[in-house]
Amino acid sequence: MSIATVFEIVLAAVVLGLGVWTIVVPETFSATVGFVAYGLLVALVWVRLDAVDVALTEAAIGGGLGGVLLLGAAARLRDADLMAEKTPGTLRASAAALSVLMAAALAGAVLVLPDPAPTLAPAAVAKAGATSLSNPVTNVLMAFRAMDTMLEKIVLLLAVVGVWSLASDFAWGGRPGPRHEADPRGVLVFLARLLPPIGIVVGIHVLWAGADQPGGAFQGGAILASMWLLAIMTGLADTPSVSLRWIRLILVAGPGLFLVVGLVGLLFDDAFLSYPPALAKPLILGIEVTMTLTIAATLGLLLAGAPERSAQP
Amino acid sequence: MLPPAPALEAITTPSGFLLVPSIAVPLTGVVLAFVLGDRYVRLVAYAIIPLGLAIAVTILVALRQSAGPLVYLLGAWPPPLGVALRADGVSAVMLAATAVVICAVAVYAHADFKDTATRAPFAFWILLLAIWAALDTIFVGGDLFTLYVALELLTFAAVPLVSLEGHPDTLRAAIRYLLFALLGSVLYLLGTALLYGGYGTLDIALLSHRIQAEPASFLAAALMTAGLLAKTALFPLHLWLPPAHAGAPAAASAILSGLVVKGSFFIIVRLWFKVMPALPGLPATQLLAALGASAIIFGSVLALRQQRLKLLVAYSTVAQLGYLFLMFPLAFEASGKLEDGNALSGGLLQAVSHATAKAAMFMAAGSIYARLGHDRLTDLHGLVRTMPLSVLAFALAGIALVGVQPSGASLAKELLLRAAAERGQWWWAVVLEAGGMLTAAYVVLVLAHALVPTDGRIASTGPALHVRNIAALVLALCSLSLGLLPWDSYLAVSHGSVSGFFAVETLTKTLSSVLGGVVLAILIAPWPHPDAYLTRWKMVASILGLFQRSCHRSVGCLERANHVLCQWPAASMFLLILALLFGALMVGAHTFRPG
Repeated sequence: MSIATVFEIVLAAVVLGLGVWTIVVPETFSATVGFVAYGLLVALVWVRLDAVDVALTEAAIGGGLGGVLLLGAAARLRDADLMAEKTPGTLRASAAALSVLMAAALAGAVLVLPDPAPTLAPAAVAKAGATSLSNPVTNVLMAFRAMDTMLEKIVLLLAVVGVWSLASDFAWGGRPGPRHEADPRGVLVFLARLLPPIGIVVGIHVLWAGADQPGGAFQGGAILASMWLLAIMTGLADTPSVSLRWIRLILVAGPGLFLVVGLVGLLFDDAFLSYPPALAKPLILGIEVTMTLTIAATLGLLLAGAPERSAQP
Repeated sequence: MLPPAPALEAITTPSGFLLVPSIAVPLTGVVLAFVLGDRYVRLVAYAIIPLGLAIAVTILVALRQSAGPLVYLLGAWPPPLGVALRADGVSAVMLAATAVVICAVAVYAHADFKDTATRAPFAFWILLLAIWAALDTIFVGGDLFTLYVALELLTFAAVPLVSLEGHPDTLRAAIRYLLFALLGSVLYLLGTALLYGGYGTLDIALLSHRIQAEPASFLAAALMTAGLLAKTALFPLHLWLPPAHAGAPAAASAILSGLVVKGSFFIIVRLWFKVMPALPGLPATQLLAALGASAIIFGSVLALRQQRLKLLVAYSTVAQLGYLFLMFPLAFEASGKLEDGNALSGGLLQAVSHATAKAAMFMAAGSIYARLGHDRLTDLHGLVRTMPLSVLAFALAGIALVGVQPSGASLAKELLLRAAAERGQWWWAVVLEAGGMLTAAYVVLVLAHALVPTDGRIASTGPALHVRNIAALVLALCSLSLGLLPWDSYLAVSHGSVSGFFAVETLTKTLSSVLGGVVLAILIAPWPHPDAYLTRWKMVASILGLFQRSCHRSVGCLERANHVLCQWPAASMFLLILALLFGALMVGAHTFRPG
């Protein structure tokens, strides 16, 4: 048994153990910590499966930004924990039995799937010439299944509308979230001054590398968003008020440009969301750059929450 | 390794490009409204909505002239690598119905969501356009993953509508809706992943050629069906629907109840009829219809027990959603497959007629609430004098739902009854007839309260808005006249036996269901002073009281059962149980297939 196999077995066992612990542990806060660790380990599993694109996304969303959001929610719910009723044992046992049954059915079905699995990966690689980008994942996201990617960006926009719609009427158009204060000589502020320059470079690199290697708009955007959030949470920057025209423009820039390029394709080229071969690479990169900005702003504002402070001082 | 793609489905047809603007136009509206912001959102919506209606009509016309379905390959990439949009008659009908309901709701919401710098109009108009784009994507999407993204779009557009008023109750309802809908999404996504793992494509046309009766596809079908049922709120997965639909502003309720739940229903139809017609087998279709029948009984009885008009209408949606699932066993042919025919057409017609009638009902209920400041049933006495148009709209929508000729529901019922007779499944015919009576019961209940004469006039707090009533009336009349439309160009409707409007048989049937409804309403509904009406006939009153008491006892059991089902543990366990049950029935049907 090679070291890699041993590592994989240990990893799988720890992931499963963490999963069970997250469900069983009674305190919301501990469960959240368990879940964040679980997300990071699942990212490792994806790395072992050679799906680095998925691993990056899982680490950024499941471990990073999702973790921040959940920890914030858990902190707010700490009082509710004490009042929560205990679920009866029989109920828990029957829910567990059902889940085990379902998991067994899933495991059985997955085990009898054809091996090697029928896949479109070779076809996606073979058609890469049409866009002259060599990362097949980017090609699938931006060309072959561009429609899904565009719609997903609209989903993100709707999430922002949903979060903003929770504002009270007097705060509408104001700044999201509370104004954060931190000890100016504390370690967090130090980090918030030190990390963003590095983080921004890394984020842009991940976006740029996405053309040919794992990475892309979503992963790059998530890194940029976390840098922005770090600055917001230490009080170095404030959230922008939601009625500002430029913030609205950034939030729709990604899907908007996607839509425009698509419609131009419908009118002057082969089809909706098709790229003329000569322009494919610059067009796709242009969309990806705007999408990175949009994703960074969207994720940051989703975590910042609903407008809470009136825009007027 | 993989069989070649069927040639017919893999090329863009001449008018296929029409399918793109049906999605892109509302999406453009979402983006523009978001950027332009508070003062212009309604203006953008009013510019986009007529355009969208025109596109839906153009698709109807184009489909009639085209030989087969309209197909469009996005980015000119053929499936399985690319994504195709496809519109058949069923899609075209749903597109048109959605456009009509959205237009009516936009007119209705004109006064409620004015261009002021507050959050509610901003969110409402953007979400309305987003729901439209999502539904259109669902109706023409030719790929199971694109349908998943469209479902997400639909959920994220629908949930904020629930909490637009901002009360703690509506927030609770919205979060309940969000969590349960996301559970459904996860199950659907899990099923799609299994199918891709098994067959290397998610294109509906390709998948239907490749799919085999094997464990992965059974489990995928079961998981996807259960997930979609959770989003459609079919009994016993309805815990989120009544609070969400009753708590939203009336215009939003009309959209949520009329259209949004039809999105996930439509994907179930696509899945069972197009992707895997030979997979489910008869027992699974019978289970689906049995859930539908239970929904009709539970939903209707609970509707009769409500004290508030909007909750009554919301429970009526729970019941009416049940009807949509009666078609599955009736579409099961001797060949062992689900096939297009009278049953499918009946089911979809039911969906369209419910979309229009229920939207009209919620609009009428909303007008009443806005005018009176409350919607307590027992305080609606004399309403017909204060708000004749709203009561008329409610009554017409109710009559359309009950299935009086020539409403869409009556044609749907006739098609389903015919299919039931052909298949010899008389028990579903019984459910259909009983369902008509139960529907009549709660419509009669509301009208009885509204028509009771009172001495004083009702105190009204809000202004009377005729535009609203007209929007509701138009939709109700639409639903009432759906039976007259030429459906045969789009749906498989067999001719000849549609009975005349004034035939004695039709008349007696209608009368009997209305009379049955009256009796049920008297027996089940909580009347404040039952004896006051019957002081002269003591005999009748005492006999009636006896019946009423026994009815109330059994209804009490039903209410307690519903209370348990509307708790998180029961509902989420039922979600898993249903998934496992569907899987087991499908496997069983193929293992013990006769011959």
